[in-house]
Amino acid sequence: MVTLSHYLILAAVLFSISIAGIVINRKNIIILLMSIELMLLSVNLNFIAFSHYLDDLAGQVFVFFILTVAAAEAAIGLAILVVLFRNKRSINVEDIKELKW
Amino acid sequence: MVETVIFYVFAVLTVVSATSVVTVRNPVHAALFLVFTFFTSAAIWLLLEAEFLAIGLVLVYVGAVMVLFIFVVMMLDINIARLREGFVRYLPLGLLVAAVMLGMMLSVVTSDSFVLEAAGEPLPKPADFSNTKALGSVLYTEYVFAFEVAALILLVAIIAAISLTMRKRPQTKYQDPSAQIKVRKGDRLRIVKMPAGEE
Repeated sequence: MVTLSHYLILAAVLFSISIAGIVINRKNIIILLMSIELMLLSVNLNFIAFSHYLDDLAGQVFVFFILTVAAAEAAIGLAILVVLFRNKRSINVEDIKELKW
Repeated sequence: MVETVIFYVFAVLTVVSATSVVTVRNPVHAALFLVFTFFTSAAIWLLLEAEFLAIGLVLVYVGAVMVLFIFVVMMLDINIARLREGFVRYLPLGLLVAAVMLGMMLSVVTSDSFVLEAAGEPLPKPADFSNTKALGSVLYTEYVFAFEVAALILLVAIIAAISLTMRKRPQTKYQDPSAQIKVRKGDRLRIVKMPAGEE
């Protein structure tokens, strides 16, 4: 039988993988964005698991809104990435240092 | 029993593909692994009887967001070798941070004071229960304000993405109809007085 803990542990593992991904791939903005998407996915899994086991639809409604915001965030993030690449010919985090004092 | 097997199969697939997303060399492969992660997560959401959101995940993420990702990754000419430097150096730190976070979260979930387990498995819904209908009946009544705000956020995202990436090239030739209409006789026509018949 699959219990609530199974889903929560799976979500925790996913979240940790994406944390590790952010630390490891700190040069590559595309992989950083993908890691953020993975984080949102694991949080959504938590919401849906609680919604199922507590028999309350509010969790699923919240996931719906998270999906909306995540889609908007991905669109704007990628647009910024395209503009950045057009201006600097690079997406390396180390090349973006204009604001560094 | 069948449910347990399905859960473990898709959980293992999700974890393996998520690990591949953050470790593979090629960003295009990472994007494709992310697509696979979303697919297996949708299967797990189906197991949790969230049918509408599972289909929504496949449609919105796999269909729209990931296509956008792959588009951008393939459009940019990236020097992978430079982006990969430091990978080995930061690997121990990344694993340490991930292990600490995982340990903290597991200690919460598996502790005795986490009594949600006592609730047990909820009763299965009847065969004619519609998850989409139930979700819609609260989304358009109780959460209608948040729903409108979400629509507004999407509108802002559309405008921001288009205005960020739209490129105005000065050398492009194009018509300006309002300037064409507004033109007066005096702007274009010059009447020259010439004496006629000087012989």
